[in-house]
Amino acid sequence: MLEETLVLFRNIRTPGYDGTLDSYRKAGGYQSLPKALAMQPEEVIALVKEAGLRGRGGAGFPTGLKWSFMAKNTGKPSYLVCNADESEPGTCKDRELMLKDPHLFLEGMMIGCYALGCHHGYIYVRGEYFPAIKSLNKAIDDCYREGILGPKLLGGDYELDLTVHTGAGAYICGEESALLDSLEGKRGHPRVKPPFPAVAGFNSCPTSVNNVETLTNVTAILEMGADAYKSLGSPNNAGTHLVSLSGHVNRPGVYEVAMGVGLREIIQELGGGVRGGKQLKGVIPGGSSSPVLRADEIDIAYDFDSVGKAGSMMGSSAIMVFDEDTDVVKLLHRISRFYNHESCGQCTPCREGTHWARQLLRDFLQNNGSERKLNRLQRVGRNMGGTTLCALGDAASMPIVSFLKKFPDDFRQYYATAS
Amino acid sequence: MFSPETQQQVDRLLSRYPIRRNALLPLLHLAQKENQGWLDSKWVNHVAELCEVSPTHVEGVATFYTMFRFRPPGKYHLQVCTCVPCCLVGGPEILEHLEHKLGIHAGHTTKDGLFSIEEMECIGACAYAPAMIVNEDYVEQLTPEKIDQLLDTLATTPQEQETHA
Ligand SMILES: Cc1cc2nc3c(=O)[nH]c(=O)nc-3n(C[C@H](O)[C@H](O)[C@H](O)COP(=O)(O)O)c2cc1C
Ligand code: SF4
Ligand code: FES
Repeated sequence: MLEETLVLFRNIRTPGYDGTLDSYRKAGGYQSLPKALAMQPEEVIALVKEAGLRGRGGAGFPTGLKWSFMAKNTGKPSYLVCNADESEPGTCKDRELMLKDPHLFLEGMMIGCYALGCHHGYIYVRGEYFPAIKSLNKAIDDCYREGILGPKLLGGDYELDLTVHTGAGAYICGEESALLDSLEGKRGHPRVKPPFPAVAGFNSCPTSVNNVETLTNVTAILEMGADAYKSLGSPNNAGTHLVSLSGHVNRPGVYEVAMGVGLREIIQELGGGVRGGKQLKGVIPGGSSSPVLRADEIDIAYDFDSVGKAGSMMGSSAIMVFDEDTDVVKLLHRISRFYNHESCGQCTPCREGTHWARQLLRDFLQNNGSERKLNRLQRVGRNMGGTTLCALGDAASMPIVSFLKKFPDDFRQYYATAS
Repeated sequence: MFSPETQQQVDRLLSRYPIRRNALLPLLHLAQKENQGWLDSKWVNHVAELCEVSPTHVEGVATFYTMFRFRPPGKYHLQVCTCVPCCLVGGPEILEHLEHKLGIHAGHTTKDGLFSIEEMECIGACAYAPAMIVNEDYVEQLTPEKIDQLLDTLATTPQEQETHA
């Protein structure tokens, strides 16, 4: 029977734990930060590299490597900006950490700031997350009051400030360069790269953008060491991760599992299988942008590399399950509507493509489909991939291409009956 | 224009950023809250002054983000998610039920100014779907019965209220 592996959720799953500074300290909190402060910043980066931590924001990029790219001796301040925009449909894990164990995350953020030589860190939280914003602000206030944050970080000689910044409802601001524009007080438009944020990020200063769960893992790595951390996951996919499980399962929820456990086991054993005794039809395995898998394709290990090998991606570890009665045309229409709504409009293939895809899918739903429209939809989907300024174009493309490939008959049904 | 207490928050916010313009989004949030949930040109101008940018810049930014409103919302602003996971487990039906009960479509406010409805993209509560936000609180695992109960409670709650379901 698959069970959770509790590292990030260890406190949260402890009865009576309430996430306050007091309870965090009682649970052994703020003992990773002094370890980090006793090391040289480069040694902290080396440890995170050695632990094999990969970013939990979606791309799985090695965190230590990203940190080592930060431009040095530029004469400008450098910044660590935490991406807490969490808006990829299906994803709701960063919220758990910020709401229920804010200090575990903040401690990791502080360690990151020290490693990167930043004296001010910003946490960009999506504006709708009012409860998480309150929770973080309270936790930060408590840290200032207790002398953890401020001119003497943890009583030492490092100065550090943290600020919660509220977004205002725009999915595209989760893309790191758009997030930085938004943080600067502009519209959230993805930037042309290079320069990368490590060279010219927030206010043109060297910046690292990291996800909430990524930074929370840093606390754990300092606590347990690189080897113990690595031994939790599968090769090249270290540690545990938070899985947002939603859709037609008996027990939806956010679960912490070791990297590399079986995808089917997560759905069956943690999620309690498909609800209502129905058959599984398919799974969207890594946020709404990831290519869909049919029920017969989910006997794979759930980690970055294995889901990639299966032709999809693990992304933000958001698993959406749908049963045999699901109308996949409707489902794809809803996904396409999302990307159309969220396209920032800078690139023609994305702006026009998301619009046409949505229109074509609506035609199908109104029994106005045809073989020509199906081919057109396929072309529109393909043309958005790899041709745009940011990855939203790919995100909009992958569901279309994969749904058409995996469930062609479902689309044909919509015109076989009509004509 | 801000009340003295809010002005304190404004000053604190401005002190947290290297450039005044960086505080634009948080200040717009404060302005909107101070003005019963929406922004008008008076507030746009005031925030522009505070951030030392042009009103045109502020307007361009504010209209980019869905959370800033340019018409007054209802006293209870019901933000119903119909995005992918919510859609799988009845989010659109919840929205329909609300529209039917209140006699308005999403994007509108009831005549008495009590309720407004907005259809949302994913609000990050997918594992507890279907979900909505009522003003600043999440209400999750919605059912039509839960909606009915909530509307009754809200409609009869005098003045300052808690919206926890
Ligand atoms: C359209 C789009 C939306 C994104 N949304 C998010 C998000 O909500 N949260 C997040 O952490 N990363 C998001 N990302 C990924 C970020 O660009 C970036 O890679 C990530 O924050 C890096 O953090 P990590 O290295 O810790 O994963 C998004 C990327 C794209 C292209
Ligand atoms: S791909 Fe889409 S969202 Fe990204 S920059 Fe281009 S138009 Fe904007
Ligand atoms: S889809 Fe509704 S909360 Fe995510």
